[in-house]
Amino acid sequence: MELMVAIMVGVLVAAAVHLMLARNVLRFIFGLILISNAANLTIFVSGRLTAQSPPLIPEGADAPLGDVANALPQALVLTAIVIGFGLFAFALTLVYRTYQNLGTLDSDEMRLAEPREGEDHA
Amino acid sequence: MSWVLALPIIIPFATAVLSFLFRKGPEGRWLSVVGSAGLLIASGILMAEVLAEGVIAAQMGQWAAPFGITLVADLLSAVMVVITGITGLAVSVYALADIDERKEALGYHALFQVLLAGVVGAFLTGDLFNLYVWFEVMLISSFGLLILGGQRVQLDGGIKYVTLNLVSTILFLAGVGLLYGMTGTLNMADLHGAVQQVENQGLLVVVAMMFMVAFGVKAAVFPLFFWLPASYHTPAFSVSAIFAGLLTKVGVYALIRTFTLIFTSDIAFTHTILLWVAGFTMVTGVLGAAAMNDFRRILSFHIVSQIGYMILGLALFTPLAIVGAVFYLVHHIIVKANLFLVAGVARRIAGSTELSSIGGLYKSAPVLAVLFLVPAFSLAGFPPLSGFWAKYVLVKASLDTEAYWIAGIALAVGLMTIFSMTKIWGAAFWTPHPSGLEPSLSTLPSRDRAALLLPIASLAVLTCIIGFFPEPFVAFAERSAAQLLDPTAYVAAVLGDVPMEATGLAQAEVLP
Repeated sequence: MELMVAIMVGVLVAAAVHLMLARNVLRFIFGLILISNAANLTIFVSGRLTAQSPPLIPEGADAPLGDVANALPQALVLTAIVIGFGLFAFALTLVYRTYQNLGTLDSDEMRLAEPREGEDHA
Repeated sequence: MSWVLALPIIIPFATAVLSFLFRKGPEGRWLSVVGSAGLLIASGILMAEVLAEGVIAAQMGQWAAPFGITLVADLLSAVMVVITGITGLAVSVYALADIDERKEALGYHALFQVLLAGVVGAFLTGDLFNLYVWFEVMLISSFGLLILGGQRVQLDGGIKYVTLNLVSTILFLAGVGLLYGMTGTLNMADLHGAVQQVENQGLLVVVAMMFMVAFGVKAAVFPLFFWLPASYHTPAFSVSAIFAGLLTKVGVYALIRTFTLIFTSDIAFTHTILLWVAGFTMVTGVLGAAAMNDFRRILSFHIVSQIGYMILGLALFTPLAIVGAVFYLVHHIIVKANLFLVAGVARRIAGSTELSSIGGLYKSAPVLAVLFLVPAFSLAGFPPLSGFWAKYVLVKASLDTEAYWIAGIALAVGLMTIFSMTKIWGAAFWTPHPSGLEPSLSTLPSRDRAALLLPIASLAVLTCIIGFFPEPFVAFAERSAAQLLDPTAYVAAVLGDVPMEATGLAQAEVLP
């Protein structure tokens, strides 16, 4: 089970890196979304996977009986997903606004803030 | 005790909410000033407490460490919070004259306060995942500040800033996950002991490298700094100043914290890499600055080169070197923020930051010239200003460890810094203004003049105080370095003297 998830993380990272090497900023953002999911899965699998044993405490007991799934990584992943969602919503909006204003998504052509020698955009 | 630690975080958040509600009127900006002053006072109380009692810790929500989130303040955290308060107050006063009403209506002051809260949170937290959350708080508000106003050049810089910082964040998150998988804890004090029991020490070094890269992007070290000179010269001057002062230093702080407390298992490997990184960061930063012809872009590259000095202190990892790093950190935040503020005034009265299109400031605005000279010479390391002592300690530390080449680089980079500063001085202050303008401070409305010059003058005075009376500051840095190199007190404050059982104890007792 862990092995499967680990391989999946690897595939996600590989695909993400491929996307992030593109000059197109939108592809880069898609790559980021993939790699952030890979990071979330990494946390999830780090907490060890224990199938079919929810961390529930039976009535009358103070602690769960027997081995149960580790709830902490799930809480961490949940936090990370929420934060990531906000950040990517912002990033996509930013890319869209940039495209509207600069008319390009090619990062090589985004030279306004750092004009080449001799050009003057300021 | 827990209030002392929580207040510096609660105050900016509360101020953010209030100033957002009043963003349409003048109340918002004054609330921001009052909130920043409150933060400074709260940080002063925290500092007094830490000086009196040593490391203090509080468990949030009464969850005992290492299970809950711990806030900890040792001397380094406390001094960083105080500096955050000082720069925050200076910049929020400056913003009274610098930020126009349109940006205020978009929520500038609220974002600014959230940024301060994020920075303070990152300094005070004792939990690695919580540190990630504070980084995100800081990041999202800095995104907002950076592109506020939506000029094309801001969007362009924003894209690079946002994307590269997101990469670092994800790397940090993955590192946190792997470290948790190996040790089963995220509490930094608990990790200090837990990493020594990890069987596969090689894997630990791999994770350490992930953290080094992630924090390295935040701290803008070579070769990960490219987002910084691409974006820091684009937003409003207040924003540039607070970014320049605080944001990269949070990365440096995180590096110092993790690489003294957690990742000390293979110092020969990790800290040698840091040493190379420090050397290259200093050199590339200063060379980049030499090639620039814009006030703010020169200063941006100098942030990079100065970060190298702090990393150098961490990399040498001797008591004296850590003293240098801590001292440098404190001195640099004040000086760098101040230089950006001066650049803002120069822009206001001379009309540009492009060095070729301004001039004559020395003749017509001599006060500003003096206020520029103090931080500029301090940055370059002229005695007796604060930068001299910072550089002196670091060079001494590298000579003591017989790392002559890095001492040579540090000195040469100091010389190059003087070159850049004299370039600004020559072009902006000594040469006459190209269009015959006589830029004078008296052209500013008197209220604006006061709001712009008061923070600059205060920070310059602070630079002089550190420079003329360095002894208490160095003594403080020595105590702080001793704490960093021997984290027993830190661990004891967080976990209690005996490793605590999960019995629901509310607070870790701290020895008086």
